[in-house]
Amino acid sequence: MTDARDTGFIPRDRAWHPAPYHPPYKTSVKRSPQAALLSMPSTLGEETGPVFGHAMLGELDNDLIHNFAQPGESAIGPRIVVYGRVLDETGRAVPNTLVEFWQANAGGRYRHKKEGYLAPLDPNFGGCGRTITGEDGFYEFRTVQPGPYPWPNGMNDWRPAHIHFSIFGSGFAQRLITQMYFEGDPLIPLCPIVGTLKDPRAVEALTAPLDMNRTIPAAIWERR
Amino acid sequence: MKTGPVKGQEITIRGIVYDGMGAAMRDALVEIWQADATGLFPSAGEKRGKADPNFTGWGRSPGDMNTGEFTFETVKPGQVPFVDGRLQAPHVSFWIVARGINIGLQTRMYFADEADANAVDPVLTRIEHQSRVSTLLAHPEGDGTYRFDIHLQGPQETIFFDI
Repeated sequence: MTDARDTGFIPRDRAWHPAPYHPPYKTSVKRSPQAALLSMPSTLGEETGPVFGHAMLGELDNDLIHNFAQPGESAIGPRIVVYGRVLDETGRAVPNTLVEFWQANAGGRYRHKKEGYLAPLDPNFGGCGRTITGEDGFYEFRTVQPGPYPWPNGMNDWRPAHIHFSIFGSGFAQRLITQMYFEGDPLIPLCPIVGTLKDPRAVEALTAPLDMNRTIPAAIWERR
Repeated sequence: MKTGPVKGQEITIRGIVYDGMGAAMRDALVEIWQADATGLFPSAGEKRGKADPNFTGWGRSPGDMNTGEFTFETVKPGQVPFVDGRLQAPHVSFWIVARGINIGLQTRMYFADEADANAVDPVLTRIEHQSRVSTLLAHPEGDGTYRFDIHLQGPQETIFFDI
Protein backbone atom coordinates (compact mmCIF):
# COMPACT_ATOMS: atom_id res chain seq x y z
CA MET A 1 0.00 0.00 0.00
CA THR A 2 2.90 2.33 -0.58
CA ASP A 3 2.42 5.88 -1.80
CA ALA A 4 2.39 5.96 -5.53
CA ARG A 5 4.80 8.91 -5.83
CA ASP A 6 6.88 8.35 -8.95
CA THR A 7 6.95 4.58 -9.17
CA GLY A 8 3.31 3.55 -8.95
CA PHE A 9 1.95 0.91 -6.64
CA ILE A 10 3.80 -2.31 -6.02
CA PRO A 11 1.65 -5.10 -7.52
CA ARG A 12 -0.07 -7.39 -5.05
CA ASP A 13 1.84 -10.50 -4.04
CA ARG A 14 -0.49 -13.09 -5.51
CA ALA A 15 1.42 -15.93 -3.82
CA TRP A 16 0.59 -14.45 -0.42
CA HIS A 17 -3.05 -13.66 -1.13
CA PRO A 18 -5.61 -16.48 -1.42
CA ALA A 19 -5.74 -18.57 -4.56
CA PRO A 20 -8.86 -17.62 -6.57
CA TYR A 21 -9.47 -21.22 -7.64
CA HIS A 22 -9.51 -23.60 -4.69
CA PRO A 23 -11.74 -26.66 -5.27
CA PRO A 24 -12.13 -27.56 -1.56
CA TYR A 25 -13.94 -24.20 -1.29
CA LYS A 26 -16.63 -25.23 -3.72
CA THR A 27 -18.12 -21.81 -4.41
CA SER A 28 -14.76 -20.63 -5.77
CA VAL A 29 -14.83 -23.17 -8.62
CA LYS A 30 -17.27 -21.24 -10.82
CA ARG A 31 -16.40 -17.82 -9.44
CA SER A 32 -12.68 -17.70 -10.21
CA PRO A 33 -11.40 -16.15 -13.46
CA GLN A 34 -9.60 -18.61 -15.72
CA ALA A 35 -7.69 -16.19 -17.93
CA ALA A 36 -4.53 -14.55 -16.64
CA LEU A 37 -4.98 -11.16 -15.00
CA LEU A 38 -3.77 -8.29 -17.18
CA SER A 39 -0.88 -6.45 -15.56
CA MET A 40 -0.92 -2.68 -15.80
CA PRO A 41 0.88 0.14 -14.05
CA SER A 42 -1.19 2.05 -11.54
CA THR A 43 -2.54 5.36 -12.81
CA LEU A 44 -4.28 8.18 -10.97
CA GLY A 45 -7.50 6.19 -10.90
CA GLU A 46 -5.81 3.38 -9.00
CA GLU A 47 -3.67 5.62 -6.78
CA THR A 48 -6.50 7.85 -5.60
CA GLY A 49 -9.51 6.76 -3.61
CA PRO A 50 -12.55 8.07 -1.81
CA VAL A 51 -12.13 10.25 1.26
CA PHE A 52 -14.13 9.40 4.37
CA GLY A 53 -14.10 11.91 7.20
CA HIS A 54 -14.78 11.44 10.87
CA ALA A 55 -17.95 13.50 10.38
CA MET A 56 -19.68 10.50 8.83
CA LEU A 57 -19.04 8.28 11.83
CA GLY A 58 -21.70 7.79 14.49
CA GLU A 59 -20.73 7.73 18.14
CA LEU A 60 -21.30 3.97 18.43
CA ASP A 61 -19.98 2.92 15.02
CA ASN A 62 -16.98 1.27 16.73
CA ASP A 63 -19.07 -0.38 19.46
CA LEU A 64 -20.98 -3.40 18.18
CA ILE A 65 -22.06 -4.23 21.72
CA HIS A 66 -24.29 -1.16 21.75
CA ASN A 67 -24.74 0.18 18.22
CA PHE A 68 -27.81 -1.97 17.51
CA ALA A 69 -29.02 -2.39 21.09
CA GLN A 70 -32.11 -0.93 22.68
CA PRO A 71 -31.38 1.89 25.15
CA GLY A 72 -30.00 0.40 28.34
CA GLU A 73 -29.44 -3.02 26.75
CA SER A 74 -26.46 -4.64 25.10
CA ALA A 75 -25.46 -7.59 22.94
CA ILE A 76 -25.06 -11.08 24.43
CA GLY A 77 -21.65 -12.73 24.39
CA PRO A 78 -18.10 -12.44 25.63
CA ARG A 79 -17.19 -8.76 25.35
CA ILE A 80 -13.93 -8.16 23.54
CA VAL A 81 -11.75 -5.33 22.29
CA VAL A 82 -10.23 -5.73 18.84
CA TYR A 83 -7.36 -3.45 17.91
CA GLY A 84 -4.56 -3.23 15.42
CA ARG A 85 -2.86 -1.09 12.83
CA VAL A 86 -3.26 -0.76 9.09
CA LEU A 87 0.21 -0.86 7.54
CA ASP A 88 1.50 -0.80 3.98
CA GLU A 89 3.80 -3.52 2.63
CA THR A 90 6.85 -1.58 3.79
CA GLY A 91 5.48 -1.35 7.33
CA ARG A 92 4.40 2.28 7.22
CA ALA A 93 1.14 3.32 8.83
CA VAL A 94 -1.90 3.95 6.64
CA PRO A 95 -3.65 6.86 8.37
CA ASN A 96 -7.20 8.18 7.99
CA THR A 97 -8.49 5.14 6.18
CA LEU A 98 -11.93 3.63 6.60
CA VAL A 99 -12.03 0.19 8.25
CA GLU A 100 -15.37 -1.64 8.25
CA PHE A 101 -16.11 -4.86 10.13
CA TRP A 102 -19.01 -7.28 10.32
CA GLN A 103 -19.60 -10.59 12.01
CA ALA A 104 -22.03 -13.21 13.25
CA ASN A 105 -23.39 -12.92 16.79
CA ALA A 106 -22.15 -14.93 19.75
CA GLY A 107 -24.20 -17.93 18.61
CA GLY A 108 -22.78 -17.84 15.08
CA ARG A 109 -25.83 -16.26 13.43
CA TYR A 110 -25.78 -13.34 10.97
CA ARG A 111 -28.47 -10.72 10.79
CA HIS A 112 -29.31 -11.26 7.11
CA LYS A 113 -32.54 -12.02 5.26
CA LYS A 114 -31.10 -15.13 3.68
CA GLU A 115 -29.50 -16.52 6.84
CA GLY A 116 -31.23 -19.67 8.05
CA TYR A 117 -28.93 -21.15 10.72
CA LEU A 118 -30.80 -22.39 13.79
CA ALA A 119 -28.84 -20.25 16.25
CA PRO A 120 -31.04 -17.41 17.50
CA LEU A 121 -30.78 -13.78 16.51
CA ASP A 122 -29.77 -11.44 19.29
CA PRO A 123 -32.25 -8.53 19.20
CA ASN A 124 -29.51 -6.23 20.51
CA PHE A 125 -26.80 -7.18 18.02
CA GLY A 126 -26.58 -5.95 14.43
CA GLY A 127 -23.06 -7.11 13.64
CA CYS A 128 -21.67 -4.16 11.65
CA GLY A 129 -19.33 -1.33 12.56
CA ARG A 130 -16.68 0.98 11.19
CA THR A 131 -13.93 3.32 12.20
CA ILE A 132 -11.17 5.44 10.68
CA THR A 133 -7.49 4.83 11.43
CA GLY A 134 -5.49 7.41 13.35
CA GLU A 135 -2.28 9.07 12.16
CA ASP A 136 -0.38 5.98 13.30
CA GLY A 137 -2.73 3.64 11.40
CA PHE A 138 -4.29 2.47 14.67
CA TYR A 139 -7.89 1.26 14.92
CA GLU A 140 -9.91 -0.24 17.74
CA PHE A 141 -13.46 -1.41 18.30
CA ARG A 142 -15.53 -3.23 20.86
CA THR A 143 -17.74 -6.19 20.09
CA VAL A 144 -18.73 -9.64 21.31
CA GLN A 145 -16.77 -12.69 20.27
CA PRO A 146 -18.58 -14.23 17.29
CA GLY A 147 -19.52 -17.89 17.35
CA PRO A 148 -18.40 -20.47 14.79
CA TYR A 149 -21.08 -21.82 12.47
CA PRO A 150 -21.62 -24.61 9.95
CA TRP A 151 -21.92 -23.71 6.27
CA PRO A 152 -22.96 -25.62 3.17
CA ASN A 153 -19.75 -26.84 1.53
CA GLY A 154 -18.81 -30.29 2.78
CA MET A 155 -21.40 -32.24 4.74
CA ASN A 156 -20.41 -30.58 8.01
CA ASP A 157 -17.88 -27.82 7.41
CA TRP A 158 -17.57 -25.17 10.11
CA ARG A 159 -16.23 -21.67 9.83
CA PRO A 160 -13.89 -20.80 12.67
CA ALA A 161 -15.06 -17.79 14.65
CA HIS A 162 -14.12 -14.78 12.55
CA ILE A 163 -14.66 -11.09 11.94
CA HIS A 164 -14.80 -9.73 8.39
CA PHE A 165 -12.77 -6.62 7.61
CA SER A 166 -12.96 -4.17 4.73
CA ILE A 167 -10.08 -1.73 4.22
CA PHE A 168 -9.83 1.13 1.75
CA GLY A 169 -6.22 2.33 1.87
CA SER A 170 -5.17 5.47 0.04
CA GLY A 171 -5.89 4.25 -3.49
CA PHE A 172 -8.77 2.28 -4.99
CA ALA A 173 -6.40 -0.47 -6.21
CA GLN A 174 -5.67 -1.24 -2.55
CA ARG A 175 -9.28 -2.12 -1.82
CA LEU A 176 -9.25 -5.24 0.32
CA ILE A 177 -11.52 -7.59 2.22
CA THR A 178 -10.13 -10.01 4.75
CA GLN A 179 -11.04 -11.98 7.86
CA MET A 180 -9.67 -12.13 11.38
CA TYR A 181 -9.51 -15.39 13.35
CA PHE A 182 -8.93 -16.04 17.03
CA GLU A 183 -5.77 -17.58 18.46
CA GLY A 184 -6.19 -21.20 19.46
CA ASP A 185 -9.37 -21.94 17.50
CA PRO A 186 -9.11 -25.61 16.43
CA LEU A 187 -11.42 -24.96 13.46
CA ILE A 188 -8.87 -22.70 11.72
CA PRO A 189 -6.75 -25.45 10.09
CA LEU A 190 -9.87 -27.40 9.08
CA CYS A 191 -11.53 -24.56 7.19
CA PRO A 192 -11.61 -24.80 3.35
CA ILE A 193 -11.71 -21.00 3.11
CA VAL A 194 -8.62 -20.61 5.29
CA GLY A 195 -7.16 -23.30 3.03
CA THR A 196 -7.12 -20.86 0.10
CA LEU A 197 -3.96 -19.49 1.72
CA LYS A 198 -0.89 -21.46 0.76
CA ASP A 199 1.56 -19.89 3.20
CA PRO A 200 1.00 -20.79 6.87
CA ARG A 201 2.44 -17.41 7.81
CA ALA A 202 -0.44 -15.77 5.96
CA VAL A 203 -2.90 -17.68 8.16
CA GLU A 204 -0.92 -16.61 11.19
CA ALA A 205 -1.15 -12.99 10.03
CA LEU A 206 -4.95 -13.28 10.07
CA THR A 207 -5.04 -14.84 13.54
CA ALA A 208 -5.35 -12.35 16.40
CA PRO A 209 -3.47 -13.29 19.58
CA LEU A 210 -5.00 -12.66 22.97
CA ASP A 211 -3.46 -9.57 24.58
CA MET A 212 -4.30 -9.51 28.28
CA ASN A 213 -2.62 -6.12 28.60
CA ARG A 214 -5.32 -4.59 26.46
CA THR A 215 -8.26 -6.17 28.27
CA ILE A 216 -10.48 -3.90 30.30
CA PRO A 217 -11.40 -4.92 33.85
CA ALA A 218 -15.15 -5.08 34.25
CA ALA A 219 -15.29 -2.29 36.83
CA ILE A 220 -13.63 0.10 34.38
CA TRP A 221 -15.60 -1.17 31.38
CA GLU A 222 -18.87 -0.37 33.16
CA ARG A 223 -17.80 3.24 33.56
CA ARG A 224 -18.06 3.80 29.83
CA MET B 1 -22.38 9.64 -5.79
CA LYS B 2 -24.08 12.97 -6.45
CA THR B 3 -24.58 15.23 -3.45
CA GLY B 4 -25.97 18.19 -5.40
CA PRO B 5 -26.06 19.58 -8.94
CA VAL B 6 -23.14 18.04 -10.85
CA LYS B 7 -21.13 19.08 -13.86
CA GLY B 8 -21.30 16.99 -17.00
CA GLN B 9 -23.52 14.27 -18.37
CA GLU B 10 -25.47 12.36 -15.74
CA ILE B 11 -25.62 8.64 -16.46
CA THR B 12 -26.84 5.39 -14.92
CA ILE B 13 -24.67 2.26 -14.94
CA ARG B 14 -26.41 -1.09 -14.66
CA GLY B 15 -25.16 -4.63 -14.90
CA ILE B 16 -25.15 -8.13 -13.54
CA VAL B 17 -22.24 -10.26 -12.37
CA TYR B 18 -22.45 -13.78 -13.85
CA ASP B 19 -20.68 -16.88 -12.54
CA GLY B 20 -19.09 -19.58 -14.69
CA MET B 21 -22.43 -21.33 -15.13
CA GLY B 22 -23.97 -18.17 -16.54
CA ALA B 23 -26.05 -17.65 -13.42
CA ALA B 24 -26.68 -14.13 -12.18
CA MET B 25 -24.96 -13.64 -8.83
CA ARG B 26 -27.22 -12.13 -6.24
CA ASP B 27 -24.60 -11.91 -3.51
CA ALA B 28 -21.96 -9.85 -5.33
CA LEU B 29 -20.95 -6.45 -4.01
CA VAL B 30 -19.70 -3.98 -6.61
CA GLU B 31 -17.83 -0.76 -5.93
CA ILE B 32 -16.75 1.86 -8.44
CA TRP B 33 -14.33 4.76 -8.44
CA GLN B 34 -14.02 7.34 -11.19
CA ALA B 35 -13.06 10.87 -12.13
CA ASP B 36 -15.60 13.68 -12.39
CA ALA B 37 -16.78 15.04 -15.73
CA THR B 38 -13.59 17.05 -16.17
CA GLY B 39 -11.25 14.17 -15.34
CA LEU B 40 -10.44 15.13 -11.73
CA PHE B 41 -10.69 12.79 -8.73
CA PRO B 42 -12.40 13.95 -5.53
CA SER B 43 -9.49 12.59 -3.51
CA ALA B 44 -6.66 13.74 -1.27
CA GLY B 45 -4.28 12.34 -3.88
CA GLU B 46 -5.57 14.63 -6.64
CA LYS B 47 -2.98 17.39 -7.12
CA ARG B 48 -4.10 18.73 -10.52
CA GLY B 49 -7.10 20.73 -9.40
CA LYS B 50 -10.32 20.68 -7.44
CA ALA B 51 -12.92 18.12 -8.44
CA ASP B 52 -16.65 18.81 -8.58
CA PRO B 53 -17.62 19.33 -4.91
CA ASN B 54 -21.02 17.69 -5.51
CA PHE B 55 -19.52 14.45 -6.76
CA THR B 56 -18.01 11.74 -4.54
CA GLY B 57 -16.49 9.57 -7.29
CA TRP B 58 -17.20 6.42 -5.27
CA GLY B 59 -20.19 4.14 -5.26
CA ARG B 60 -21.17 0.81 -3.72
CA SER B 61 -24.02 -1.41 -4.89
CA PRO B 62 -24.99 -4.70 -3.24
CA GLY B 63 -27.14 -5.55 -6.26
CA ASP B 64 -30.83 -6.25 -6.34
CA MET B 65 -31.69 -9.07 -3.95
CA ASN B 66 -33.81 -10.86 -6.58
CA THR B 67 -32.07 -10.11 -9.88
CA GLY B 68 -28.54 -9.30 -8.75
CA GLU B 69 -28.51 -6.16 -10.90
CA PHE B 70 -26.24 -3.37 -9.64
CA THR B 71 -27.04 0.28 -10.28
CA PHE B 72 -24.98 3.46 -10.03
CA GLU B 73 -26.25 7.00 -10.57
CA THR B 74 -23.17 8.90 -11.66
CA VAL B 75 -21.66 11.14 -14.34
CA LYS B 76 -19.71 10.24 -17.44
CA PRO B 77 -16.07 10.65 -16.41
CA GLY B 78 -13.62 12.91 -18.20
CA GLN B 79 -10.26 11.78 -19.52
CA VAL B 80 -7.37 11.10 -17.15
CA PRO B 81 -3.70 10.82 -18.16
CA PHE B 82 -1.83 7.51 -18.22
CA VAL B 83 1.59 7.25 -16.54
CA ASP B 84 3.31 8.55 -19.69
CA GLY B 85 0.98 11.52 -20.10
CA ARG B 86 -1.19 10.09 -22.88
CA LEU B 87 -4.88 10.55 -22.22
CA GLN B 88 -6.86 7.46 -21.33
CA ALA B 89 -10.36 6.95 -22.69
CA PRO B 90 -13.14 7.73 -20.19
CA HIS B 91 -13.49 4.79 -17.84
CA VAL B 92 -14.77 3.70 -14.45
CA SER B 93 -12.78 1.44 -12.10
CA PHE B 94 -14.68 -1.56 -10.71
CA TRP B 95 -14.02 -3.82 -7.73
CA ILE B 96 -16.11 -6.97 -7.34
CA VAL B 97 -16.36 -9.16 -4.26
CA ALA B 98 -18.64 -12.04 -3.33
CA ARG B 99 -18.68 -15.34 -1.54
CA GLY B 100 -16.27 -17.57 -3.47
CA ILE B 101 -14.27 -14.65 -4.90
CA ASN B 102 -11.23 -15.20 -2.75
CA ILE B 103 -9.47 -12.00 -3.72
CA GLY B 104 -11.45 -8.98 -4.95
CA LEU B 105 -11.51 -8.58 -8.73
CA GLN B 106 -10.43 -5.33 -10.34
CA THR B 107 -11.59 -4.28 -13.77
CA ARG B 108 -12.48 -1.18 -15.76
CA MET B 109 -15.59 -0.17 -17.63
CA TYR B 110 -15.10 1.79 -20.85
CA PHE B 111 -17.83 3.35 -23.00
CA ALA B 112 -18.72 1.71 -26.32
CA ASP B 113 -19.72 5.13 -27.68
CA GLU B 114 -16.17 6.49 -27.19
CA ALA B 115 -14.69 4.46 -30.07
CA ASP B 116 -12.07 7.04 -31.06
CA ALA B 117 -10.71 7.43 -27.54
CA ASN B 118 -10.90 3.68 -26.90
CA ALA B 119 -8.89 2.95 -30.06
CA VAL B 120 -5.84 4.76 -28.65
CA ASP B 121 -6.34 4.06 -24.94
CA PRO B 122 -3.01 3.00 -23.37
CA VAL B 123 -4.60 0.15 -21.40
CA LEU B 124 -6.98 -1.19 -24.04
CA THR B 125 -4.21 -1.25 -26.65
CA ARG B 126 -1.94 -3.39 -24.46
CA ILE B 127 -4.45 -6.26 -24.35
CA GLU B 128 -2.95 -9.22 -26.18
CA HIS B 129 -6.23 -10.76 -27.29
CA GLN B 130 -7.97 -7.74 -28.81
CA SER B 131 -11.19 -9.76 -29.11
CA ARG B 132 -11.45 -9.46 -25.32
CA VAL B 133 -11.55 -5.64 -25.35
CA SER B 134 -15.29 -5.89 -25.84
CA THR B 135 -15.62 -7.39 -22.35
CA LEU B 136 -14.70 -3.98 -20.94
CA LEU B 137 -17.25 -1.98 -22.94
CA ALA B 138 -20.50 -0.67 -21.55
CA HIS B 139 -23.25 -0.23 -24.09
CA PRO B 140 -25.70 2.69 -24.13
CA GLU B 141 -29.32 1.67 -23.68
CA GLY B 142 -30.82 5.13 -24.10
CA ASP B 143 -31.89 7.62 -21.44
CA GLY B 144 -28.28 7.91 -20.31
CA THR B 145 -28.14 4.29 -19.14
CA TYR B 146 -25.12 2.12 -19.85
CA ARG B 147 -25.10 -1.66 -19.38
CA PHE B 148 -21.95 -3.36 -18.16
CA ASP B 149 -22.32 -7.05 -17.39
CA ILE B 150 -19.40 -8.86 -15.79
CA HIS B 151 -18.58 -12.51 -16.51
CA LEU B 152 -16.28 -14.28 -14.08
CA GLN B 153 -15.57 -17.21 -16.42
CA GLY B 154 -16.27 -18.59 -19.87
CA PRO B 155 -15.90 -17.32 -23.44
CA GLN B 156 -17.10 -13.86 -22.38
CA GLU B 157 -14.84 -13.71 -19.30
CA THR B 158 -14.27 -10.09 -18.36
CA ILE B 159 -10.67 -8.89 -18.33
CA PHE B 160 -9.47 -8.45 -14.76
CA PHE B 161 -6.38 -6.50 -13.84
CA ASP B 162 -3.32 -7.13 -11.72
CA ILE B 163 -2.35 -3.75 -10.32
